[in-house]
Amino acid sequence: MSETLLSKKNRKIIKDGLWDANPITFQVLGICSSLAVTTQLKTSIVMALGLTFVTAMSNVVISLMRNFIPSKIRIIVQLTVVSALVISIDQILKAYVYDVSKQLSVFVGLIITNCIVMGRLEAFAMSNPPWKSFLDGLGNGLGYSCVLIILGIIREILGSGTLLGYHVIPQTWYAAGYVNNGMMVLAPGAFFLLGCIIWIQRSISGYSEVK
Amino acid sequence: MIHYVNLAIKSIFVENILLAFFLGMCSYLACSKKVETAIGLGFAVVFVLTVCTPVCWVIKNFLLMKGALGWAGFANIDLSFLIFISFIAVIAAMTQITEMVVERFSPALYSALGIFLPLIAVNCAILGAALFMDQRNYTFPESVVFGFGSGVGWALAIISMSAIRKKLGYSNIPAPLRGLGITMLLTGLISVGFMCFAGIRL
Repeated sequence: MSETLLSKKNRKIIKDGLWDANPITFQVLGICSSLAVTTQLKTSIVMALGLTFVTAMSNVVISLMRNFIPSKIRIIVQLTVVSALVISIDQILKAYVYDVSKQLSVFVGLIITNCIVMGRLEAFAMSNPPWKSFLDGLGNGLGYSCVLIILGIIREILGSGTLLGYHVIPQTWYAAGYVNNGMMVLAPGAFFLLGCIIWIQRSISGYSEVK
Repeated sequence: MIHYVNLAIKSIFVENILLAFFLGMCSYLACSKKVETAIGLGFAVVFVLTVCTPVCWVIKNFLLMKGALGWAGFANIDLSFLIFISFIAVIAAMTQITEMVVERFSPALYSALGIFLPLIAVNCAILGAALFMDQRNYTFPESVVFGFGSGVGWALAIISMSAIRKKLGYSNIPAPLRGLGITMLLTGLISVGFMCFAGIRL
């Protein structure tokens, strides 16, 4: 390899995924699962880890195979690689954290159709060497994870007054009339919250969609 | 009969696949800019969902479930870990076949839907509905109704969204909120509206 493993260019690949081209707020990919699993911090973290793993690994595999895949059937090949990885994640979750796997329900399986995975495979792994693809997958996975964890923290504290299952809102608040915001654990709360996060992220990074 | 009507109403309104389970958000956000596109994609999704969910049911019950291979003499084989990969293969194949059939028999519809059909293979609403069907152990007729209902619910959401976005063209929205941001907030509002249906006892 002509350049070092963490050269400036490679660091930029990770940073792009994390901030400048964040998959959720900038590329508009992977919205489905980011809303569905974030009612609690625990499920968000598990989901984030799973997706980061799948994105990074499938990027590597596809990047290794990229010169042998006929372009007509590439979608099927990509889906097969991704589903094999997702099946292993699902089996691991069922074996070690069964309750979380029950809560995530169909959304582990839905990593297969998560647009981040497919999007990065198409846009990056098909035309770049394995190590760069790995970093790209990692960066995008982590960018997704950040948004997921932020959403998870806010929704769990406001919605159920807990964090990772521990009560963080003191009992005296409840005695004084504080009520958990039930909307946060329901669907609309997720939409509003993500809308606001996108708003904040885009005001800071200065990106705007051209109308 | 009334059971199936209830299931249809439930999957269209009460548990709308997009507004309550967030499935199919990506194409919902990307294709809701124009009303015509939204209608085309909506109908394509209804069609594919109605076909795919029962097909997945058949695959699951005659090939993958524990004991499902009894008819072939392998009663002890449990292939249920293969559900993800076989469902996605079915969906990808079904969309491909649908595309070819539509092209052969109705060129007009094909030219209207053409570009959306391949996109549907990676729409999470399809795989999501198939996995819900698996998780809730629906019977065969139930899976047909559920697939159809989920599709109609999704189409309803995307068409109403595209209509709202058309109106929105005249509003002065803060620049960073434009596009995705305001769409999310609006979806939240639609979702609040659909939550009124949650009170209906079926």
